[in-house]
Amino acid sequence: MASVLIIGATSDIAKATARVYAEEGFDLILASRRSEALDAFATDLNIRTGRSVDRVDFDVLDYSSHDAFYETLASRPEGVIVAVGYLGDQEKAQSDFEESQKIVDTNYTGIVSILNIISNDFEERRSGFIIGISSVAGDRGRKSNYVYGSSKAALTTYLSGLRNRLFESGVHVLTVKPGFVATKMTEKMDLPERLTAQPEEVAKAIYHAQKTGKNVLYTKGLWKWIMLTIKNIPEWKFKRMSI
Amino acid sequence: MGFLSWGNYPHIKSKIFRFDKPERLKRIIAENTDLIPFGNGRSYGDSALSKNIIETRKMNYFLAFDEDKGEIRVQAGVLLSEILELVVPKGWFLKVTPGTKLITVGGAIAADVHGKNHHVAGCFSESVISFSLMMGDGKVKICTKNQNKELFRATCGGMGLTGVITEATLSLTPIKSKTIHQTTIKTQNLKETFEAFETYRDTPYSVAWIDCLAKGDALGRCLLMVGDFSNDGDLSYSNKWRLNIPFSFPSFTLNYASIKLLNFGYFQKTIGRITQQKVSIDTFFYPLDFVDNWNRVYGKNGFTQYQCILPKEASYEGYERILAKIADAGKGSFLAILKLCGAENENYLSFPMEGYSLALDFKIEDDLFALLDSLDEIVAEYGGRVYLAKDVRVSRDNFEKGYPKVTLFRALRKKYNLTQGFSSLQSKRVGI
Ligand SMILES: Cc1cc2nc3c(=O)[nH]c(=O)nc-3n(C[C@H](O)[C@H](O)[C@H](O)COP(=O)(O)OP(=O)(O)OC[C@H]3O[C@@H](n4cnc5c(N)ncnc54)[C@H](O)[C@@H]3O)c2cc1C
Ligand SMILES: NC(=O)c1ccc[n+]([C@@H]2O[C@H](COP(=O)([O-])OP(=O)(O)OC[C@H]3O[C@@H](n4cnc5c(N)ncnc54)[C@H](OP(=O)(O)O)[C@@H]3O)[C@@H](O)[C@H]2O)c1
Repeated sequence: MASVLIIGATSDIAKATARVYAEEGFDLILASRRSEALDAFATDLNIRTGRSVDRVDFDVLDYSSHDAFYETLASRPEGVIVAVGYLGDQEKAQSDFEESQKIVDTNYTGIVSILNIISNDFEERRSGFIIGISSVAGDRGRKSNYVYGSSKAALTTYLSGLRNRLFESGVHVLTVKPGFVATKMTEKMDLPERLTAQPEEVAKAIYHAQKTGKNVLYTKGLWKWIMLTIKNIPEWKFKRMSI
Repeated sequence: MGFLSWGNYPHIKSKIFRFDKPERLKRIIAENTDLIPFGNGRSYGDSALSKNIIETRKMNYFLAFDEDKGEIRVQAGVLLSEILELVVPKGWFLKVTPGTKLITVGGAIAADVHGKNHHVAGCFSESVISFSLMMGDGKVKICTKNQNKELFRATCGGMGLTGVITEATLSLTPIKSKTIHQTTIKTQNLKETFEAFETYRDTPYSVAWIDCLAKGDALGRCLLMVGDFSNDGDLSYSNKWRLNIPFSFPSFTLNYASIKLLNFGYFQKTIGRITQQKVSIDTFFYPLDFVDNWNRVYGKNGFTQYQCILPKEASYEGYERILAKIADAGKGSFLAILKLCGAENENYLSFPMEGYSLALDFKIEDDLFALLDSLDEIVAEYGGRVYLAKDVRVSRDNFEKGYPKVTLFRALRKKYNLTQGFSSLQSKRVGI
């Protein structure tokens, strides 16, 4: 049975996506740095869908462990979804390099490390799909979150290049750019209801986009137009704005 | 932020508390008063509304399923519909289900809901092997019919006022098909309706749709639908596509004439006196679930459901008066349901008693509550009661007349120090 590897599986978006893939008949390998926290979740999915749900330990910042992590997986996954992310504290990051580094390494460096390994395998097998969860925050740098935003911009660019490279091998790469999503990451923020997606909605959109071979997914969809507008604001004007 | 119950009335502002771990729920309970758990908001009135609401729907993991024994352990926010999707294909069904599957297990226990088979299977609590309850001190008590017996009896039917049910183990009933053999009997008046119920009382599932606007000789005419699971071995079952009513209808669309038409149409549809049908689980048990948000047809002002029960001996006389009063008032709905109930259980606030229960929807309007108060008087006169899960307006006095075991319930709330911590608009109104 085909399986999907989900990296950063404790994320709310990842959990909702895991559920959709299990319902669609995939076995799951849930990778996270707190795999014991996924026990009840895995049992639930297994009862609901009858699919096997494995848990493995994984820390995206522990680069040297990544080869062994992938080598020792019980089976080669058909697809991988990377949901790891760290929003961090922008103000802190401005004066504390460690915070900046943690943001950049979690959202970018660590993901490059693991996706390099996985993409080589998929390329060799000439099949598979790779889904990376980036963010609309990577579409333009804003004073309120540009450390996070720039790490996501790097990830978006990495995924775009990867898609270009793997196209010939028949491996599909999907870049997901959520706008606001109601998850642990944003629970302390006061998000505008109309622009905020639920994780379940994001999960369905991801599955559908992967299945239909879409390259870049904005979710909710109207973020595509919002970001288009924001990207088109000239720099001389943008630098004076607070958005 | 506000949560609404199914009747879209009343509208209040509440603080919503969410949690993902038991420790967090414990803290919410320790630090706040006037809390009430909220399931899936399918109660019609103000049972799940308060200043402070605890959202339980997201606590929705399946914990274990024993396919051989037909036992399932779930967190309290799991919907009955989710359970059915899992268990029907394996040959199991809920022992007791209400007329909607879109309710949580917590809500089913808290209202001790009943179904079309109450006369043979009792309330939802009959299927509850055990549940865990988090009370005011944040400690979790495991309750069964024997262990923490009084908490079991208070919580089943206790409308969320004894604490938060966090998980439950349910026993299921075996089935051999996803299809129900249904017999529909058309009656001409109330007398025939009751006779038909008695004739078919050994059939496990029964419900009558009363044409509550019929008057005079036709008063109480109905379509009685009785049925049981078939034996054909076909257990394929999945969620069907549903319609959605996307916004509140302007409230004038539901005037007297349109109600009358709907009722009449439903009644005329069946031609012969006795007919047979093969219908699906969803058509038989959950006809209203096909249309999402059908409650919006009543418009922005909302609606309520009046559900009462009368002891069997008093049912004919009592309902003759009640139906006549409703017909005279020119109010009433396309939903008028008569059900047969079996013996009362030992829970303190469960609704069913040996007799007949009637339920009707009413659009909220100025002179409605006076009419409903006058129905309460008739119900009290015959020793009946109204159902808290549907209620939004019953007076403390009429409530107490119907529920003599309320004294036990109040004493238990005091004993476990729950009166400050948990309350709803309803509990304040009726004094529990
Ligand atoms: C179309 C329709 C048909 C219906 N048919 C029937 C029927 O045939 N028979 C019947 O008996 N009822 C029926 N009902 C009523 C419904 O079954 C009950 O109101 C049920 O309690 C709703 O459950 P809920 O999960 O939506 O809970 P809510 O409506 O959110 O809450 C109902 C009560 O349960 C409490 N509660 C919810 N979760 C918990 C928890 N985890 N711990 C403690 N308390 C909790 C709340 O505090 C509240 O008092 C029907 C309702 C509708 C809309
Ligand atoms: N929520 C939004 O509005 C929003 C918007 C745009 C993009 N996104 C992106 O969507 C993705 C999912 O986020 P979410 O909203 O679901 O938030 P979330 O629940 O906070 O998820 C973040 C995930 O990253 C994991 N993680 C962090 N550091 C890690 C590390 N060193 N090793 C392994 N895992 C690590 C976290 O694991 P722990 O549980 O162990 O901490 C968690 O599973 C992220 O990439 C996020 O940037 C979210």
